[in-house]
Amino acid sequence: MRNSINRLWAYRGFIWQSVKREFTLRYHDSILGAVWIIVNPLAMILIYTVIFAKVMQARLPNAQGSFAYSIFLMSGILPWGLFSDLISRAPSLFIEHASLLKKIQFPKLALVAIALLNSLVNFAVIFALFMIFLVLCGQFPGWSILAVIPLLLLQLWIGAALMVILAILNVFFRDMGQLTNLSLQFGFWLTPIVYSASMIPVAYRDYVFLNPLSAIFDGYHQIFVYGLLPNWSGLIPAGVLAAVLSLIAVHLYTQRSAEMVDEL
Amino acid sequence: MNAIIVQGLGKAYKQYGTKWARLREWLSPTSRSRHHLHWVLKDISFEVPKGQALGIIGINGAGKSTLLKMLTGTTQPTTGSIVIDGRVAALLELGMGFHSEFSGRQNVYMSGQLLGLTIDQIEQLMPEIEAFAGIGGYIDQPVRIYSSGMQVRLAFSIATAVRPDILIVDEALSVGDIEFQHRSFDRIRRYQALGTTLLFVSHDKQLITSICDRAILLDGGKIAFAGDPEAVMDYYNAMLSEDTKPVISQTLDQEGKIQTQSGSGEVQLINTRLLDEQALPVEVVKVGQLITIELLTKCTQDIDDLVAGFMIKDRLGQVIFGTNTFHHGSQLHHLKAGDSHRFSFSLPFNMGPGTYSVSVALHADDQHISKNYLWQDRAFLFTLVNAGEPVFVGSHSLPTSVHVTVV
Repeated sequence: MRNSINRLWAYRGFIWQSVKREFTLRYHDSILGAVWIIVNPLAMILIYTVIFAKVMQARLPNAQGSFAYSIFLMSGILPWGLFSDLISRAPSLFIEHASLLKKIQFPKLALVAIALLNSLVNFAVIFALFMIFLVLCGQFPGWSILAVIPLLLLQLWIGAALMVILAILNVFFRDMGQLTNLSLQFGFWLTPIVYSASMIPVAYRDYVFLNPLSAIFDGYHQIFVYGLLPNWSGLIPAGVLAAVLSLIAVHLYTQRSAEMVDEL
Repeated sequence: MNAIIVQGLGKAYKQYGTKWARLREWLSPTSRSRHHLHWVLKDISFEVPKGQALGIIGINGAGKSTLLKMLTGTTQPTTGSIVIDGRVAALLELGMGFHSEFSGRQNVYMSGQLLGLTIDQIEQLMPEIEAFAGIGGYIDQPVRIYSSGMQVRLAFSIATAVRPDILIVDEALSVGDIEFQHRSFDRIRRYQALGTTLLFVSHDKQLITSICDRAILLDGGKIAFAGDPEAVMDYYNAMLSEDTKPVISQTLDQEGKIQTQSGSGEVQLINTRLLDEQALPVEVVKVGQLITIELLTKCTQDIDDLVAGFMIKDRLGQVIFGTNTFHHGSQLHHLKAGDSHRFSFSLPFNMGPGTYSVSVALHADDQHISKNYLWQDRAFLFTLVNAGEPVFVGSHSLPTSVHVTVV
């Protein structure tokens, strides 16, 4: 495993070039080019703001400002977008590059790294716009914004481990791709992203936090909507999940990566 | 010193009876296996000394590409071991990982990095790569407008920009024009002279016999024959002629072999042979060599006339040369059942190098249309190699004398 990591590091130049390539390729042939990088996320922010804050006049309990509900939505949906982008790329990761894997000897994990970084780049753009929006409407949360970093890292850790697992499993069991999309749908609604745990009847509220991801998204809401720090101890299940998934990922990778090429 | 040592190498793919079997195998704690192994390579052992060239031949499906994949390290062996001393470069799929939207130059960077070079190294090698590919201003155009030859040129230039310790070359190289083929072979030979070990995978008999020090023939996942390239090629030819006959009509001869032939059958072909000057059977022929095509026939009924003929075809099936006994004034008349004849056609094989087949025919007149006793396509195959003659191109070897005088 250490060897794999070292080889991955040796291929960092290739990984970085590939990330750049995929990013430029997306807007390569369009007339507006790089403008599209901004337009899509901007449209999304506008829709949430106009529809929820202005048209529906939606309000959150205990929250100030007319944009509170929009901020609430975006602070959950944007990180979830990153998560689901990662996960939905995963199943096709090795299958898509079958011919490359069969013909050229290079670290397989580079493909995971490239996909991860690509998702991250997309997220960085939209997240930066979100920050600008927060500043413009005077809702920037202040220093507690720094708490986003550990939350994001934890989420990325879970995402990366899941990616490796799904990418490998889907080579052997092609049902994983379908199952992944289905699970993402459930995941979206079973995690307090577009609703908050406080909206749920008290009797069921605790069940929401059986989902380790809930604490992470609750954390985002705390930071962006209320300017508070997340409930750190609530993140322990997510940490345990990340550790367990990593063990599974490492196990699968060491046991199955050689056999994988035979199945591609 | 050996650059490659392969010992007891075997590769098997797992096959599961049902789609659920694999899942059950993975999940069952008893780890009982629910698959059977499909062996594509077995008991492969060979060594290649540093700086030598090994040819690997075999029909499609013999296991060549699996062997290569294991040598390059993309596929893991099931049994046995491979010890490789040095950096391997494979010219397997030239242009792998090229992206059509990006320029040649950008693709050089991507491709080079994929092969393990650093940006600095590639920057240093860039002028050399550009010059060798020889595609001029196209280097800054998107690869999508390249011809396939240009892509191969560029890909070859990247893959061989740094001299590898071991170079694996396959059919890929036969693409591209002659000029580039020559340049790339010059480079390959120069690398070999500097100590690079070569592995050639090819059906091209000429290439194998002219470049390789040794060859191995793979058949059905095993080494069927190993040794001197020419001997291996002969063996390969013999193997080929047994199973490449097209099915027109098939009959079993006395030895139980399937013969593909057509005709009314009043005369039978007992034997056909290709013989050299010493009357020994050959399958690899040198350009210009005097060869005898020999037919042994037997009449099963009384017939009035008999003419025997042959036809040499190139690999595309074009007739290179053909004649028969009628045109040479040797038509036979009034034959009795049981009569046997030996027909010998001796001629210098003045064709260009390549593979050829010989069809033979027995009929009544100057051609086989009116009365055809027997027609056998691909009675045998042979390879013509240029050994000894000055290098030439084209389908014919025309004896040339050269005089250069100072005027």
